[in-house]
Order: sequence, then C-alpha cells, then structure tokens
Amino acid sequence: MIKAILIFNNHGKPRMIRFYQYFPEDMQQQIIRETFHLVSKRDDNVCNFLEGGSLIGGSDYKLIYRHYATLYFVFCVDSSESELGILDLIQVFVETLDKCFENVCELDLIFHMDKVHYILQEVVMGGMVLETNMNEIVGQVELQNRMEKSEGGLSAAPARAVSAVKNMNLPEMPRDINIKVPSLSPF
Amino acid sequence: MSDVVERTLTALPSLLSLDSQPGAAKLSSTSKLGNLIRGITELTSKHEEEKLIQRELVSIKEQVSSPNTSMRQMKELMVRALYCEMLGYEASFSYIHAIKLAQQGTALEKRVGYLAVSLFLNESHELLLLLVNTVLKDLQSTNLIEVCMALTVVSQMFPKDMIPAILPLVEEKLNHPKEIIRRKAVLALYKFYLIAPNQVQHIHNKFRKALCDKDPGVMSASLHIYSQMIQENAEGYKDLTVSFVTILRQVVGGKLPMDFNYHSVPAPWLQIQLLRILSLLGKNDQSTSEIMYDVLDESLRRAEMNHNITYAILYECVKCIYTIYPKSELLEKAAKCIGNFVLSPKINLKYLGLKALTYVVQQDPKLALQHQMTIIECLDHPDLIVKRETLELLFRITNAQNVTVIVEKMLEFLRISKDDYTSIDLVGKVAELAEKYPLQYNEWFIETMNTVFSVGGDMMQPDIPNSFLKLLSEGFDSVEEDMKLRLFAVDSYVTLLQGEPGKLPQRFLQVISWVMGEYSCLRGELEPAVVLRLLAKLLDTKSTSSETKSWVLMAMTKLCEGGAGLSVAREVSETYGSSLDTVLRQRAQELQHLSQDSDLRARVRLRNASLEPLEVDSSLSFLDGFVSEALAAGAAPYKPPHQRQEELAQEKALSLEPYGLSLPISMSSCSIGDRHSPTLLSVSSGLSGDSTDRSHKGGSTTLKLDGVKRVWGREGYLAQREAAEEAVAQVEVPSPLRSSSQQGEAGSSQSQTPSLTPTPEPEQEKQQLASSLFVGLASQSSVCLMGKSEPTHQRFRRKARGPGSSSGAGDQISDSPVVSAPSSVDILLCNDLLDTSNTTSEPAASPSPEPPSQLFHGLTATNGPRDVERTDSDVKGSEPSLIRGNGVVAAANEDPDRLKDLCLSSHLPSELSGLSHSEISPLCSNQSLDLSACHVHKDESLVLVVFVYNCSDSDVHQILLELDSDELEVSCLCDSPVEEVISHGVAVCQYSLTVKRPSVHFEVVGIVSYQSPVGTPHSVQFSHKLPLTSFIRPLPVSTEEYGTLWLAFSHDTKQNLNLVSDGPESLRDTLNELKKKLQLHLVEIIGTEGIVACQVLRDQPCLMHCRVNAGTLAVWLRSPVPDLPDCLMYHCQRALQEH
Repeated sequence: MIKAILIFNNHGKPRMIRFYQYFPEDMQQQIIRETFHLVSKRDDNVCNFLEGGSLIGGSDYKLIYRHYATLYFVFCVDSSESELGILDLIQVFVETLDKCFENVCELDLIFHMDKVHYILQEVVMGGMVLETNMNEIVGQVELQNRMEKSEGGLSAAPARAVSAVKNMNLPEMPRDINIKVPSLSPF
Repeated sequence: MSDVVERTLTALPSLLSLDSQPGAAKLSSTSKLGNLIRGITELTSKHEEEKLIQRELVSIKEQVSSPNTSMRQMKELMVRALYCEMLGYEASFSYIHAIKLAQQGTALEKRVGYLAVSLFLNESHELLLLLVNTVLKDLQSTNLIEVCMALTVVSQMFPKDMIPAILPLVEEKLNHPKEIIRRKAVLALYKFYLIAPNQVQHIHNKFRKALCDKDPGVMSASLHIYSQMIQENAEGYKDLTVSFVTILRQVVGGKLPMDFNYHSVPAPWLQIQLLRILSLLGKNDQSTSEIMYDVLDESLRRAEMNHNITYAILYECVKCIYTIYPKSELLEKAAKCIGNFVLSPKINLKYLGLKALTYVVQQDPKLALQHQMTIIECLDHPDLIVKRETLELLFRITNAQNVTVIVEKMLEFLRISKDDYTSIDLVGKVAELAEKYPLQYNEWFIETMNTVFSVGGDMMQPDIPNSFLKLLSEGFDSVEEDMKLRLFAVDSYVTLLQGEPGKLPQRFLQVISWVMGEYSCLRGELEPAVVLRLLAKLLDTKSTSSETKSWVLMAMTKLCEGGAGLSVAREVSETYGSSLDTVLRQRAQELQHLSQDSDLRARVRLRNASLEPLEVDSSLSFLDGFVSEALAAGAAPYKPPHQRQEELAQEKALSLEPYGLSLPISMSSCSIGDRHSPTLLSVSSGLSGDSTDRSHKGGSTTLKLDGVKRVWGREGYLAQREAAEEAVAQVEVPSPLRSSSQQGEAGSSQSQTPSLTPTPEPEQEKQQLASSLFVGLASQSSVCLMGKSEPTHQRFRRKARGPGSSSGAGDQISDSPVVSAPSSVDILLCNDLLDTSNTTSEPAASPSPEPPSQLFHGLTATNGPRDVERTDSDVKGSEPSLIRGNGVVAAANEDPDRLKDLCLSSHLPSELSGLSHSEISPLCSNQSLDLSACHVHKDESLVLVVFVYNCSDSDVHQILLELDSDELEVSCLCDSPVEEVISHGVAVCQYSLTVKRPSVHFEVVGIVSYQSPVGTPHSVQFSHKLPLTSFIRPLPVSTEEYGTLWLAFSHDTKQNLNLVSDGPESLRDTLNELKKKLQLHLVEIIGTEGIVACQVLRDQPCLMHCRVNAGTLAVWLRSPVPDLPDCLMYHCQRALQEH
C-alpha cells in the first residue's frame, strides 16, 4: 500500500501532499521535513530507493523517489509494493501531469494544487494503484474538465487569469522551472 | 530563459483582456491565491511566513463565515485554506465549510469540497459523520462523476461505524455498467475490508465475480483484495491458483488489448501483482507450486527486453521462484537473473540484486559466493543505502568464522552513518551477532559491545543492554569461561572509568555501573574503595542523568563493604540524601543506612548467594493480610489497568453514575512512573529471569501505545529480524564436531581463490577480504531448499533459556548442533531420486537405511517448523541424507497418517475418551520425536492433549514440553511431566486451556526439548491453532436472568446476518443451526425475536439478541469482555455462511 505521496521542491517547500494513512498535522510536517532531509542530500547518481525511516510504519516502509529539475516526487510505500513498479508509476504520473498541463512546471503545481490532486485521484485511490495507463487517466481527468466547462463559461476566466499570473515575473521564483520529463530509459 | 519570456508575452493579451471579462469580479479572489503565493516566495524568514499566513487565515476565516459568500467564492477560499494547511498551518475553522461545500455545491464545487474534506479530516474525526448523508446521496446520483467522487472519498476515509449504512450502495456499484465505477467500488470495498473485515464477509462471492470481470481493470483492482486475503490465509484460496495462473499466462502472452501495454510490456503492474499472489500461494506447497512452474518460466523468458519495468517483473519472478516450492531448473534461471541484477551498472538494479541475494542467501549461500567480488565492491560503494544493504546481506551469511570481519565492517559503517534509524537497526544487529558468538572470543565480545554501547548511544533499543547484562549474569555452560568474561568486562570498564566517562552515553554508564556492582569483587586485587571512588566520580559529572545516578548508587550499595569505601559511601549518601529526585534520595538513604550499620551489612549482603536464583513471591501473597484489611476498611478492590482504562473511557463518554471512583486513576499513573526505577531491571536480571519479557509486560500497561506498536512498531520489525536470525542459525556451524574438518575445507577454499586468478595488488586485498568474509560458506552451504525460516517465536525461545534450561536443552543460539546438510546439488539429486523412485529404491539411495516409519514422519513434517538437526551418523559422513531430503518433500502420503491418527486416539486418556475431540493434527516431528495434538471438549474446560511419539529406535530422555499462548491461559494437568519415552512409545500430556483474551483464532506455541541417546540436546518448536468456537459452552439462564445480565454488559456489536431458510420458521431454523454449530443456549423465541446465551471458558458470558428484519437476521451481541462480541460475530457469520 502507498502510505503517502509527497511532492516538494529543491528547497523542501511542499507542493502537493497526500497521506493515505492518518498522521496528525505536526507529524505530517515532520515527515515532510525528514523526507526532504533524507532525499535532498542524495546525489543524482545513487539509487532511487531509501529504506527504513522511523516515521511511517517503522521498517516496513521505504521511500521511492524521482528528482525532476526543481521537484522531488516521493512515494512512501510499504513492502507490498514493487520498487521498480512504483518508480515507473511516478514516471506515469509525471507524464500525465505533463500532458494535462502541457509542459508542466513547478508553478502549475502551485497554482493548480487542486487539479494535481484530481489527477492523482485517478492514479491512486485510497493508497491503492487504480490506473497505470496514461491515456485512461487523462481521459478521466478530461471528462471532469468537460463538466467544468459545461458548468459555465465564467469559470474559464480564472483559469486564464492564473495562467497569466503564472507567466508574470514573480520575484524569487525559480526561472528554469520546466520539468524535463526524460525519455524514460535510464534510471 | 527565452522560453519564459515568450510565454509571458503570449500571456499578456489575455491578461489585458481580463478587465473586460465578465468574471472579473471573481478574479480578485483567484489572484488572492496568486498574491499569497507571491508573498510567500518573497519572504526570507520562517517567521515572516508565519505572520503572513496567519493574516491570510484570518481573512479566509472572515470570508467563509460571512453569509454573503457564494458557493463559488467558497471554492476559491477552500483552495487557499488547503494551501495553508499544506504548509503546515491549521485551518480547522474551514473544515465544516468544506463539508458544507461537498453537501450543497454543484458538481464542480462538490469536487473541491470532497477534496478538502479528504485532505483535512481523518477517519476518526467527528465532523465526518456529517458527510455520511452526502455520500449516500451522491452514491445514488445519476451523474457518474458524482458517484466517482463519493467512492473516492469513501476509499480515502470513512468512519468504521457508518460502513453498514453505505455498504449496500457500494455493493450495488459492482454491477454498474461503467467499468471505472466498478473498479472504484472494488477498491472502496477493499478499504472496508481493511478497516472492518467482518462487515464485508458476506460479499466474498462478489469479489470472485469482480475477479472474473470482463474488464481487466476491474479484475486487477480485485487483486488488491485477494493479495491481502491470501496473505492472511493462503489455505483458503488455493483453489484460485489455477485462475491466477491462467490470467498471468494470458497477460504474459499478450492477450490483453494494446491499451494495457506500457512500453510494449503487457500490463506490467498487473503481472507484478499476480506474481506476488502466486508466491504467497505456492509458499511451502508443492502441489500448488507445480501449477505455476510453467507460467513462471514463460514470464522469465518473455521479460527479456531491456526496459526498467521488465526488470521489475523479473525481480518479482525471481522472488516468487525462491519463495515457492523449488524446482531446480527455475532456480538455475533465477540465479542467473539475480546475477544480471547484481552485475548491472545501473545502481537501482544493483541494489535490488543485493536485496534479492539477501532474500535468497538463506537457501543458497553459494550464490553469495559467486558474487563475492561484487559484494566486496558494494561494501565500498559511495551510496550508503547500497552499502547498508550489503551489510544486511553479510549479516545473513555470518558464521562463527567470519563474524569478526563482518562485525568490524558493520562498526565501520556505524561510525560514519548519520541516519538514526540505520544506526539503531545496525547496532541491534551487531549486538545480536556479538551475543551469538561470545564464547570463542571473550575479549572481542566485550570490546564489540563497548563499541556498540558507545556508538549506539542512548537511542538504541533498550533490550540490547538488558540482554547483554542477562548474558553476563546467566553465563554459559562453563563456569570458568563465565568468570573470564566477567573479569574482562570489569577490567575494560575500569579502564573506561579511569578515562573520560563523562563522554559515554548514559545507557553505557548504566551497564558499567551494574557490572561493577555485581562483578568487580571478582577481581581480587581491585579494592572496592577504588571502584567506589570511580563511581563517585560519575555522580559528580554534570552530564550524568538522574536515572544513571540511581544505577550508580545501586552499584555502590552493593559494593559498600566496609573499610575505606565506607567514607566514600557516606560522603555520597550525604550529598544525595537531600536530593530533590525521590528515587535518588531513596537510594542514597539506603546507602547511608548500610554504610552506618555493620550488622545490617552482614545480614543483607548475599554475595555468595547472588548467583543462585532468589525465591520471589511474585503473587505478593505476603500482602494478602494487608489487602484484606484495607478492603475491610472500605478501600476499592484492585482492578487491572485495562479495566481501569475502560472505565475511564466510559466515564468520559457518559457518566451515568454520579460517584465514579477516582482512586484507580491515580494508581495507574503511579505505576507508570515507577517503571523506570532501576530496581526492576537489576532484580530481574539478577534472577536471570526474563528481563526483556518483563520490561515488555511493563510496557503493556500503557494500553494505547501497545496497540500501536503491534501494528507498525518494533514487533513487526522483530519478526523480520527473527527470520534473519533463523537464517543465520541455519548457516552457522558452531558444532565442535565439524569445525576441524570445516576449517580444513575453508582453508582449501582460501588457498584456491587466489590461485585461480592471479591479480594485481589492490585486487588481492579485496580477494583477501572476500576469503575472510565468505569463509565457511563454501564448505557447508547448509541448504535446506524448502526449509525457509518461518518467523518463529523468539520470545518464547528466549524464555526457554531461563535458569533451568540455560545449561542444557533449549539453548539454540549458542550450542545447538546445527549441522550442515549436503550441498544443494545433492539435495536436488536426492529429490529427483525420490520423485522417480519414491518407494522402490530408498534403501539404495540412503547409505544408512532408516526404518520406514521415519520416512513417513518426515513426510508429515510439512506443517510444523522444520528443524535442521541430524543424527550423529549423518554428521560424520557427507553422504546425501535421504531423510533430510525427504523431510521437505510435501507429497502427501495420507494412509500412514490416518493410520497413525487411529492409533494415537487409542492413547487418549480414559477419562477423555468418551468426549468429543478434534482431529488429531501433527505439530512437528523430526528423526526421533513426533508430536501431534488434539483438543477435547469437556463441559467445564477445554483440554489440549499432546501426543509425544518416539519414532526412533532408542529411548529419548529429559523431555521438557513447554506451551504458551498470548491469549490463552495454559496449565498442565499432569502431576508429573513426561520425562522420557521409550522407543516407539507414546507419551500423553494434557493441558487445560482457558481464554485470557478473546480472539477469532488462538495459537498455542510450544517448544519441546530433549536429549538424544548420544546425549546431545535438541529442541523443536511448534504451534497449534484453535478456533474460538472450541471454547464456547452454552450458558443456561432464564429469560429474567438474561434481562438483568443484558443491561449489565457494556461491550456490544451489531450486524445483519443471513437467514438459513425462508418461511415462518426461519428464525428457529437459523438459531438451531447456530446452536448446533456453536453450542449456544437458546433461551427463548418470542415472535420474530430470539435470545441466546453462551459463555466462553471460563466464565465469560456473551448474550445474543436476534430479530428477523426484512429477510435478514439482525444480531446484537453483548458481553462484559471486550472484543468477545466481535469475535463471536465472526463465527456466527461463518457458521451461517457454511450452511
């Protein structure tokens, strides 16, 4: 079972957090901090698995992560999940984000945190992998988006506004923020 | 950069046109999120961020509570609140609004509402109850998206008590025409299964239907459920093996639509899951495993393309092949595959390769040998994770010869590791290894433990110092060796104390002071006064904690003998006699009295007696008089902690009784505070008692924590470690009988390695390291192909090392003659021989023919934990042993089994023979003993009868049979325990069992230890399972009595069950069915209601109230015993289902 999915940037700022097992709020923040601490000090040329942390579920707990440009995608899972399987699932998730946001970047995740959640809901449900086929996931998300459109032309406006804000010059924002989705061959 | 500029430019027109948009009013709220985010990124300090967010939260709070805020605005606000929560700021005021949004909004707003709810709340949050109605409504909605949203939120979290309310609706969704709905419904039901397995028991058929769903997506969702259920009870789903194999074959064969391909691999995640399920099913089961050989072979063959995901499949395949009943051909391929992983330049694959090796090495140590050079390289790998995994692998191949090298490597790692968790884990492992081989290397042991204590510091697991002290105090077989060990410890600690003890961790100081107190007198020339002064120096050190100080004072008390030491003692006791710490003051007072009163000293000092176990009245019967007096004076009777806790909880919930007792609460808090006093430990370890167990029991007084631990905490971890230990136990060769020949062989392997490949200098160094690390593996390779280590009950084993048995039988860790089996090839050969000529050519294959009866017992040994011991004749020669090979063949040869059953039942004691008893099931067996058991239902009790059958040709002596259970109370009914069994004779032991704590199934674990004719001690472990139903007896009460009892009981559970028949007599039929199967007492049937009563042995009543309601039976169970209603409900359900 997947216990938690964390996305944070190179500075440890959370961008999307989803827990599938209940932890009190302060514990969640501690998990995020500790996970960032563990993951961030690892080079890019070491393995993508981290095992054993005292936080979630003791020894039956591993972190599987991928690092894309400015973002870390971390899945906290128990022993019932396959390491390499999850690693590719992260890839699927990121590729789906890329498809839904058209060239996804960190700002997309910030301004559309809710949408990221909706996409994730179609991939993982209650800690269980629901769908791994990107086309299916995108299909489901689009179905929901159509409902959004049909519900009023008004709601399209804020989306445009957000995209405008997103592209404005924000101070201190990382510039080169496009997540490069690698062509999936090497680890 | 240009990219960004371009994007900004393209966005500009839309930004400019915004003003004319009709939605401009709304923009303000959206850009508020933008403002917030922008504001946060501008900030430089955490403090400023906090201020900004608090301001933001205040403004959100204002707006959400304003009546003018529209649902649409609410949606935006909710996203902002979500953002704040994500950053770790509480926005609890918005929770109720999230629920409202989910309730009242349009589909789009609902979505935000549900999302917010699922992120804000948890399963036990009280606001969640408000959501139930909304979910109900949405589940019935015609809008697919709303149904999806409801199912998603349900699978994320739903209050356990409310599941019955929505269960029918979710069930209904299993037949929904849309596959996505069916799939989500399956996952929602899985979630229900996880949190309340009893509630979804009746829909197992529907799971099967989901498994056969025409849509592969639904099918793969149902696999989640099956892998969980199979993990819990593999036996119940063996019949599905063929289906899973067929599915896997189709998937592997590319029969699925192209949609399911991922990088041209057909449904890889599905394959992974199926392989996991198959390995669970095929574990220790030959016939089931045989079904899957072909498909596994095909999977291995097909997964040859070089994409990551194929490696994922290969990895699962390999694990599966090594988990199920072995087949040589497949093992060969899997081994090759592991080689590919280990040798891969990709670090992820290397890591997994090491993991696979770690998993496999207990069955096939040769494989580690093949890859020794890679393993050596990984030891120096820059990635700490890889390094640690390598150490884990080495940990599993540790034996008496390479233990020093491996421990050295581990300590090296410990010194550089910064990660707490890793350190704790590794410290535990080093301590375990060190304790396993202390005898050969006295000084090494103490030095290693010194490093463990100083590196491990105060974060290591508390049982490490405990067991170390226990080991020191209990000692081993030889008194002389014990002395040496203790003396060495004293010497090394004196040196440490003379150095800078202030830098040592507290735990270490505690250990030191205990050892000094107990054993410094052994070193004759060491003046107690000197030791006292050294200890007093510790007391003066600032960094010493008060807990450690009281340990030190205890040690001083033991050492206070008179002479020069007295003045030191007096000085110290004066200083601490006025300490604010009560424990310290107490110790100081004791010390003072002792130092002033020489008579008292003479009376109290038990220096010589301290080695013998003290008599301790653990029931505290000497206090009986005091208790009865206090009771007579009106004091409240003692209540065990759990009862107190419950009462406390009830009082909190709703206090109906005006005058609750407040006394128990203060008592419980006082007992908790007491736990840390050092007396507990020093007394129990001095007794050589079970200090670890005791501290465990102590821990269980804090009820809630204990429960948590059991699920995720150390317990789970321990299971793994036990498995590891078992593994090592199989590999090790501490037997003196073998060691000489083995060293010879090892030596030859050492000399071989370099000669094979002439290598340059650094390489040679590695070679050398390799030969020291892998020594002993080549020659022994004690392969027991099926002998996979079950996580056995270490706790129990530890207990068996008590004072009585420490010198003899039960001591598996230190001196059981675990003897290597022939190499895997031999076993395989042997197996093949058996397969082809099962009955005809056994004597020919076996150089030392055994009586045929043994063969059968070997065959039946598949259920119990296998042991790896062999008789002496086997030790000398290295011929393949038929019996060993045989012991792992699962081919069921039923006839002798049944025959044995019949003849065993004739051994039932006469007073039990007339009563009904369960089937006689085998517990465990080896070459000399064969244990079976059955339980006999008496009216007043349940008797467990254990048959000990001696199947060897010689008598077996000194049999010691011990049984224990967590949930049951086990007491021996025999006056004199069985001690010896003549050749081919049967001895019978009876145990009376009563329920301590209800559970659906009970497990009794046991250990039998004995001496073989040659005099070597053996021990075998076993376990026996009993259902709750065996303990149920009718409770004859009248309707009036029932009424009063009903009101008095506090624990209850309700559920709807199926009726066994339709028609007017359905209630009576159903209740009679229950009565027949579960031995309940039918009190009365009134119209559509029935009342039934039963008791669980002994004196734990449970009442049942049934009412027929719309074709189902609404059952309400009540009992004064917690958990009993739930467990009984489970059996009722089972009983009616089987009908």
